[in-house]
Amino acid sequence: MENSDFVRRMQSPGGDRKKSGSTHIDFPLLTLLLALCALGLMVLYSAGDQNLTYLKRQAIFMVLGFIIMFVVAQFEVRYWKKWAFVVYSLGLLLLIAVFFFGVGAKGAQRWLDIGFSRLQPAEFMKIAVPLMLASYLSKRFIPPTFKHISCAMVMTIIPAALIMRQPDLGTALLVFLSGFFTLFLAGLGVRYLIGTFLTGIAAVPIVWNFVLLDYQKQRILTLLSPEKDKLGSGWNIVQSKTAIGSGGLNGKGWTEGTQSQLNFLPESHTDFIIAVLAEEFGLIGVLTLLALYTLVIARCLFIALNAQSQFGRLLAGSLGLIFFIYVFVNMGMVSGILPVVGAPLPMISYGGTAILTLFIGFGLLMAISTEPNRMGTNL
Amino acid sequence: MIHKEAFSDPARERIIFTRRLILSMFIMLVMGLTIISRYVDLQVNQFQDFATHSDNNRVHVRPMAPTRGVIYDRNGEILADNRSSSNLSIIRERADDLDQLINKVGSLITLTDNDITRFYSQLKRRRPFEPTPLKFNLTEKEQAILAVNQHILGGTKVSAKLTRFYPKRDLFTHVVGYVGRINERESKIIDPINYSGTDSIGKIGIEKFYEESLLGEVGSDHVETNARGRVMRVIDHVSPVAGNDLQLHLDSRLQQVAYEAFSGERGALVAIEIETGGVLAMVSAPSYDANPFVSGISQKAYDALLNSADKPMFNRSIKGQYPPGSTIKPLFGLIGLQSQSITTETKIEDPGYFLMEGIERPWRDHNSERGGHGKGVDLAKAIIESCDVFFYKMGVKIGIDTLAASSQAFGLGKKTDIDLPGERSGIMPSRIWKKSARGASWFDGDTINVSIGQGFMLTTPLQLAVMTASIASRGDLIQPQIVKSINGVENPTIKVAENSKISDKYWNYIHDSMRDVVHSNRGTARGINKDLTYSIAGKTGTAQVISINASDEYDRSKISERQWDHALFVAFAPAEDPKIAVALIVENGEHGSSAAAPIARTVIDTYIKSAMSENDAQNLTATNASYLNSLQGYNVYGEQ
Repeated sequence: MENSDFVRRMQSPGGDRKKSGSTHIDFPLLTLLLALCALGLMVLYSAGDQNLTYLKRQAIFMVLGFIIMFVVAQFEVRYWKKWAFVVYSLGLLLLIAVFFFGVGAKGAQRWLDIGFSRLQPAEFMKIAVPLMLASYLSKRFIPPTFKHISCAMVMTIIPAALIMRQPDLGTALLVFLSGFFTLFLAGLGVRYLIGTFLTGIAAVPIVWNFVLLDYQKQRILTLLSPEKDKLGSGWNIVQSKTAIGSGGLNGKGWTEGTQSQLNFLPESHTDFIIAVLAEEFGLIGVLTLLALYTLVIARCLFIALNAQSQFGRLLAGSLGLIFFIYVFVNMGMVSGILPVVGAPLPMISYGGTAILTLFIGFGLLMAISTEPNRMGTNL
Repeated sequence: MIHKEAFSDPARERIIFTRRLILSMFIMLVMGLTIISRYVDLQVNQFQDFATHSDNNRVHVRPMAPTRGVIYDRNGEILADNRSSSNLSIIRERADDLDQLINKVGSLITLTDNDITRFYSQLKRRRPFEPTPLKFNLTEKEQAILAVNQHILGGTKVSAKLTRFYPKRDLFTHVVGYVGRINERESKIIDPINYSGTDSIGKIGIEKFYEESLLGEVGSDHVETNARGRVMRVIDHVSPVAGNDLQLHLDSRLQQVAYEAFSGERGALVAIEIETGGVLAMVSAPSYDANPFVSGISQKAYDALLNSADKPMFNRSIKGQYPPGSTIKPLFGLIGLQSQSITTETKIEDPGYFLMEGIERPWRDHNSERGGHGKGVDLAKAIIESCDVFFYKMGVKIGIDTLAASSQAFGLGKKTDIDLPGERSGIMPSRIWKKSARGASWFDGDTINVSIGQGFMLTTPLQLAVMTASIASRGDLIQPQIVKSINGVENPTIKVAENSKISDKYWNYIHDSMRDVVHSNRGTARGINKDLTYSIAGKTGTAQVISINASDEYDRSKISERQWDHALFVAFAPAEDPKIAVALIVENGEHGSSAAAPIARTVIDTYIKSAMSENDAQNLTATNASYLNSLQGYNVYGEQ
């Protein structure tokens, strides 16, 4: 370790680490997150029928999230690198526990009942997988060899497959992608990229026939022509498009969205909350949110570029990319260009585990952002 | 592990990572722009479409049915009104499993097979999201049971609505008619907007004829609903305009008396107020209850009505076409006098038959014992005793052309244009009519048959009543009307013809003859003159159902009851100052004098009494008061 840090110091002279006294906080990121949380709570208040129950629970989880984020940030990155395997294994165990003891809703078994609340272990894997892979790959040759790629893929596919069985196609896909991004950033060879791409295409008919469940196929078919079954599975997407479209440029005003307030919009406080925002705040609201997201992602990538270690780089980069994918998948599915999969809008959608997971991720990013230059400054 | 890291190349790591991150950023930019362009497309380019769609989602126009006009009789008695009833209906779109839902409902409240059959047949012809009624007139207990179990009965709806009700049940069904559910054929011709809140329409009678007036104008509520169809608020409201109330000329008491007078016989009666043409009573017996038709009569009950040999659903008073028989004689006698074919002095000898030159077959006199009415039969005697031979001779002399033309001036052979649907015109035969209807030339023999109201001639009971009223009023042909006033505005009396050329001398002669039909000792209707305190002018009639060879005697024992002669009677009263005209037929009643005339007497008695009490109400009250005063101290109420 000493050795590698020595070499790294030589390569990145004058890295100015952001430190705030003894606490590890990235203030630009913190500011952006506070803004996102405020916006999220405002939209949630309207989406949840102005019912304070949702708002209170979400706020509690956010406060909890900030605390966890600060705690996570206080541990130096090298510790996280060490603990990655433990975190990953724990997540895997929880997933297996869900498989046996999970409780469910709407035909899926996704939650662990822990008394006062419910945990969704699949959400944690969105962090645990890139953490594990970053840790694993940063200790190996760059670019990774076939053997390491294979190991990394196995580490990704095992949790993804378990999540798929719940079944939760959306999260499984996101977990898979988070692992793939880490590999990609680590320099996955071009031929592997092409290979993965071709395998993906070849796998489509197999996945369609043997892996996807009927309701999942239905969602994809619905995407292609939602108007065919307006009252059935196409209902959600027709209503969400109507909500977004009818919002226009300026929106109908806060808590004035007829689609959401009159319950035409399904899942308006969870996965489809962007439609509420789009209806009530219009395109201006959507672009404001996107601007906030862009800044968050930009900050993540900035942190990644300036990370002191390969582990930090890989982890921060992966978290940034996967955050972008959350936004893309959610906004894409609600607006009808992607199939409806269970993917919440980060920081805005109601959901405790998702919020906590995001804050753990941002905690890690802050830890990376404030990673000390072990050799001191200005050698 | 450590030795491997020793070989890592931080510079290369950083370069690879940076390249990959820049590539990622580029891809993210493309994907981000895709998302942005999608939202711009939805929110800017397609804004109008989605805004409209969003409004259609939430804003619904709820039609509000107008209250149908109430129908009263001339005394203000209600013949048709609207009663509030609770109905259970199902909205197909909101029910998950229809059969299962109906089973569930059936386990909670009683559902008859008829309810279910009707539900399914109505389900086929309904608009989307329109509630289909399953059970009508829920009791309070049933409403409570349904309310408590509402959570397991998704898709059901209990709603109060006004339902047409006919308190007189079967008494006025043929005249007032009834409303029923709008059928497919009707739904194509009605104004879909004005009927959007209404599911019933007048089917027959006044309810049909005055449908537009009774219906009123639909109102509407523009309401905002949530996704479950629950009304959140009312955006706009237009009140419905209630339909017009109708007051009829009909008199419930008179109608009741007339209907009961038939006491199970088949037949029809029309009573007309001579001055206005207002129909005081219109009976077609047997009748049937109108109420089951409102909510939808069961097929079984309907078939029973339809297939009954008594044809209860057939309105005999305006659709039944019968030979008028001898009831036509006063009119033809009048035409004979007016056309100078006979005079009041003309007398003939009646041997009991009539022979036409060149025809071997004689025409029998139906109304005399063998041997005929004898010598010296003049028009008065021919009317009073109903002598056929006089009319055979006179008819030939007048000729069919004059008979037909003059009869039409008294409303025969054409519709009376009464305010009821489905009226038949009867037949006043003529040369032209026979040519076009039968393709044959007119023979004098045809005239002979017509001259006693037989042969090709057909009249409805209504036409006979109108004719009688016209004779009573000395020639004024008034269009008969059922409706007296609409929302308090009187319907004007419509005079169709006057027949003013006929001299009073002839009128007096005919009126006196008709009076003597009832009041003289030889009159065919003398049987009804007992204890008469006023005078009735009338004429009996008998209409053949089957033709009998002239040489054969009519023998009731040889033919079945349904082929017995119809009995007819026309009358007006009081003879000196006619107020009411009545025409009636008793199917297969055989003799106008015994079967028909007594019914007319009962009806006229009732009318005269009530008219007297109306006119002299004050006098009577005063008289009664003084009478009661004079009885002070006595037990006026007898043993009670």
